[in-house]
Amino acid sequence: MADPVFIGVAVLTVGAAIVALETRELIYGAIALAVSMLGIAGFFLLLDAPFVAMFQIAVYVGAVAVLIIFAVMLVRTQALFTTREDKKRKGAGIALMLIIMISLGALLLASGLNGQFGNFNDSVAIDFREIGQQMLTYYSPTLIILALTLAGSVIAALALARREDITTTGGGEEQHGRTD
Amino acid sequence: MAELIDFIIISGILVAVGIYGLVVKRNAIRMLISIEIIANAANLTLVAFSRSLPNAQGQVFALFSIAIAAAEVAVGLGLIIVAYRLYKEIDVAEFRSMRG
Repeated sequence: MADPVFIGVAVLTVGAAIVALETRELIYGAIALAVSMLGIAGFFLLLDAPFVAMFQIAVYVGAVAVLIIFAVMLVRTQALFTTREDKKRKGAGIALMLIIMISLGALLLASGLNGQFGNFNDSVAIDFREIGQQMLTYYSPTLIILALTLAGSVIAALALARREDITTTGGGEEQHGRTD
Repeated sequence: MAELIDFIIISGILVAVGIYGLVVKRNAIRMLISIEIIANAANLTLVAFSRSLPNAQGQVFALFSIAIAAAEVAVGLGLIIVAYRLYKEIDVAEFRSMRG
C-alpha cells in the first residue's frame, strides 16, 4: 500500500480543504486554503514534478491566497459571519459529497487504472528541460495567448474594482458645501 | 511508493469536497475557495497521468491551468467586491437582481 509520506500529505491536503470550507472565520479559511495548496505542491514533488510544484507554491500560496485574504479584509466583517445555511441543506450537501466520493472511488477501483501503469519506479521522471523546450517551441502561441489573457484579466479586475463615484461625489459635495 | 490510483482517488476526494462547498455555502468567497479546490484536483490528475505515462505535456497543461486559475481568481474577487459595494452583502442568495 501507500507509503507514510503520501498518507501524511493526503491527510494534510484533504483536511486543510475541509477546514477551509468549514472554519467560522473566513480569513482562517483563506490560510487553510494556502495550506491545502502546499499539500498539492507536496503531491507534485512526490510525482517528480518539482517545477510544477514551485509554480504552484508561487502562484497559489504567493498570489491567490494573499489575494483572497485582501478581499476578506476589504469586506465588512459582519457580512462574513452571517451563516444562514440550514441544517437540511448541509445534510444534503454532505450526503451528495459522500455519494460522489464512494461512487468515484468504486468506479476508479473497478477500472483498468488499478495497477495498470502502477509502478512509477519503472519509468524515468520527466526532466524540466523538456517542459521548457515544449513551452517555447510547440506551445509558444499558447504561452503568448496565456500572457495576454492574464494581462487582460488583471486589467479587467482593476476596472471592475475601481470606484468611479469617489472623485465625482467628493468633488460635488465639496462644491455643494462651498456654495452653501 | 504510491501508485497512480492513489493520486487519482485523492483527486476525486478533493472534487467531492469542492462540490460540497459549492452546493452548501452561500458566501461568495467560500464558493471561490471551493472552485480553487476543484481546479487543484484537476491539476493533480494531470500531473499524475503525466508521471505515469510518462509524457511532459501533462505538466505543461498543468502549468497553463494554474496560470488560468490565477486570472480567474483576480476577476472573481473583482466581481465579489463590486457585488459587495452594490448590495453590502456577499451572500449569493441576496444577489437577486443583476441591475446596479
